[in-house]
Amino acid sequence: MDKDINIKVKVWRQNGPKDKGHFEVYPLENISQGSSFLEMLDILNENLINEGKEPVVFDHDCREGICGICSLYIDGHPHGPDEDITTCQLHMRTFDEGDTITVEPWRSTAFPVIKDLMVDRTAFDKIIQAGGYTSVNTGGTPDANAILIPHDQAELAMDAAACIGCGACVAACKNGSAMLFVSAKVSQLALLPQGKVEAAKRAKSMVAKMDELGFGNCTNTGACEVECPKNISISNIARLNREFLKAKFKD
Amino acid sequence: MNKIDSKIPKGPLAEKWTNYKNNQKLVNPANKRRLDVIVVGTGLGGASAAATLGEQGFNVLNFCIQDSPRRAHSIAAQGGINAAKNYPNDGDSVYRLFYDTIKGGDYRAREANVYRLAEVSNEIIDQCVAQGVPFAREYGGLLSNRSFGGSQVSRTFYARGQTGQQLLLGAYSALSRAVNKKQVKLYTRYEMVDLVIIDGRARGIIARNLITGKLERFGAHAVVIATGGYGNAFFLSTNAMTSNGSAAWQCYKKGAYFANPCMTQIHPTCIPVHGEFQSKLTLMSESLRNDGRIWVPKKKEDAEAIRNGKLRPTEIKEEDRDYYLERRYPAFGNLVPRDVASRAAKERCDAGYGVGTTGLAVYLDFADAIERLGKDVVEARYGNLFQMYEKIVDDNPYETPMMIYPAIHYTMGGIWVDYELMSTIPGLFAIGEANFSDHGANRLGASALMQGLADGYFVLPYTIQNYLSDQISVPRIKTDSPEFEKTENEINQRIERLMSIKGKHSVDSIHKKLGHIMWEYVGMNRNEAGLKKAIEEIKEIKKDFWTNVRIPGEGNTLNIELEKALRLADFIEMGELIAHDALDREESCGGHFRTEHQTAEGEALRHDDEFSYVSCWEYKGEDNVPVMSKEPLDYEFIVRQQRNYKS
Repeated sequence: MDKDINIKVKVWRQNGPKDKGHFEVYPLENISQGSSFLEMLDILNENLINEGKEPVVFDHDCREGICGICSLYIDGHPHGPDEDITTCQLHMRTFDEGDTITVEPWRSTAFPVIKDLMVDRTAFDKIIQAGGYTSVNTGGTPDANAILIPHDQAELAMDAAACIGCGACVAACKNGSAMLFVSAKVSQLALLPQGKVEAAKRAKSMVAKMDELGFGNCTNTGACEVECPKNISISNIARLNREFLKAKFKD
Repeated sequence: MNKIDSKIPKGPLAEKWTNYKNNQKLVNPANKRRLDVIVVGTGLGGASAAATLGEQGFNVLNFCIQDSPRRAHSIAAQGGINAAKNYPNDGDSVYRLFYDTIKGGDYRAREANVYRLAEVSNEIIDQCVAQGVPFAREYGGLLSNRSFGGSQVSRTFYARGQTGQQLLLGAYSALSRAVNKKQVKLYTRYEMVDLVIIDGRARGIIARNLITGKLERFGAHAVVIATGGYGNAFFLSTNAMTSNGSAAWQCYKKGAYFANPCMTQIHPTCIPVHGEFQSKLTLMSESLRNDGRIWVPKKKEDAEAIRNGKLRPTEIKEEDRDYYLERRYPAFGNLVPRDVASRAAKERCDAGYGVGTTGLAVYLDFADAIERLGKDVVEARYGNLFQMYEKIVDDNPYETPMMIYPAIHYTMGGIWVDYELMSTIPGLFAIGEANFSDHGANRLGASALMQGLADGYFVLPYTIQNYLSDQISVPRIKTDSPEFEKTENEINQRIERLMSIKGKHSVDSIHKKLGHIMWEYVGMNRNEAGLKKAIEEIKEIKKDFWTNVRIPGEGNTLNIELEKALRLADFIEMGELIAHDALDREESCGGHFRTEHQTAEGEALRHDDEFSYVSCWEYKGEDNVPVMSKEPLDYEFIVRQQRNYKS
């Protein structure tokens, strides 16, 4: 049964990209375990505003676990200690009376902090812009049923396509690698006949962009897969490596 | 002067769009390069329009409120997208999709627009498949379909419970490609704060850079609003936290007519409210109604025992359950349209049969489906939704029925547009949920995705050229003109005024009060006395807001509270207009239910003789009552009927 708990939140405060940043500890009373983690932060911000202080800045939007904007590193885990969820789906019943909860932003060279818990993830957009698409214009496409796609193949593609681009994989990786993110898009499109055509070119250009933007290398620790809120499998990384090697051999 | 000219092309229904395209003016490739188009928003409508206009050769500036276009709230749509492909061979056609949509909208949408929507629906599916959208497929490799509310055929294409995500990522990938090719310039973490009009035409916007807090000016030959709906006027809704109506509202205040503001949709299957501190409601896809059966206890004492935690729903015997939708609407059962399902839930709860601790919930039960199909099949269809539910409610829906209750979800009303999707301000267009045009008084499930992509991929990129063809000799719009200067000054003054209030109440606390009034008096059941009360109370809230709001920090830096305050200032005014419109429309239709106007069985009672029109509201200044003009809805091709989902 959910009850009300008293907790302390230890939050990273950083007033802009150049500020050094520090932790602040805020006590909170009577937080319902039925409330979500972000609702708890809403209550904290309400308190701060009422005390005349500046609220904690954090990214949040759909609050349904799908937009991928929420990005909190909670008690040492991207999206918190619960499994297969985003920060916005984390609920206070994961915590107990008297807990001190540590909240930090994603920490990675490629994701600089904007303010407090908000980071800049435009690097992900740039990777997609480098080739995460099929080169089709609007209109003039064949009938949707013209090309058969085996059910299991479509399901595998969907597994990879479920990536929400939150960056938890990068935040979890000791190398700050974006391989899980890149491989999910490369896999989704390589698995489908529509994307197959450009698979080699795509793998090369997306990996090149990833390297250029300051993401680290993959050393197969598997941390990304463990922390991924959408269970994106590292077998996608194997598929990316395969596509990448095939492309390089062709060169 | 009457500005309302819907510009419906002449000719038979099925030929209107073809005739339009055959006769419209186009812009040649060399001229396209010289024309700038601003697209505000990167959801299904905005991203698809920006990508397509960019591909065509226009110079596009695309604005996104989030850190990436991939996060626009279209991403949260779950169930699917309709199209008239008739792949399952169950009798579907363009006409039938058109008819279902018009009927679902309770005969308050334009025939020609809806027919066009149905007509281009098939191309959308082709387009998305070509982009690599992994729709569900049968073992033979063909696309799979499912049924949805308000229809008797299976025409909904889906990608698990994440169809909106996959379609948005498809549009986002097309947009990303256009950005890479320098056809589109993308501005993320920007919010449009005003529209700039020069010589009566939309010529640009003022946007606030949400990181620096600075105002910036952008000029263009045309402006497209694709900023979604205004459901967050109710505070608690299924909309995302940054979803707001401000861009559309600024257009209204600059002279664009606002159509049918009272047409708001309450979605029947949301997770019930759990407490006063709640910030957001979560939707459970309507597709769940395909296999889930909705019920409440037949006996009040059972309902009461459940509310007190003395009984569990699984302990209620089959004969003691009231599957009220199946009982009241035998032909459509659990698949009645959203407005009907929502009101039926409220009716049962108001009568004392509600469950959950608050009594404001009904059951959505999968026990039969699991028995009939097996748990694996149910999991394959709805696994992610079940997981989402369990994480929020801490209850396993495979074993205990889900609890659901209606919540604000979508707004059919919006910026008034003609057949070309242009507003009453020349050069200002509105697409997707931001306009009013296709869903009448109620939107059917899986139709929002269809409309967003239809507008963005296949309609606007044609119709906007009919306007832009006249603009080829107009040089790039300079942003140092007096009009830009004046508009920017006005915003600066507004921000300074807000920052100088330094009151006692947070933005959210005032927004919550507004939400309570909206839900209570302007929500599912409306009546004259309640609406009048709402208008008075909203006036009080407005006063409170402008004298008592507290915004910490500075106006010209990153300031999340200021962002919310600017949006709330507009929501308050929108709330008032919604109430005015609801008061004026003395009939019930679709999502607009006036308790004074219902049939003996409690169904919505339209008054076609008096209210077959679109209410088009015109702003008349801060302290004046807006003026309403009517766009008559003359049905040439179908006969209006009392909606019947019973037989």
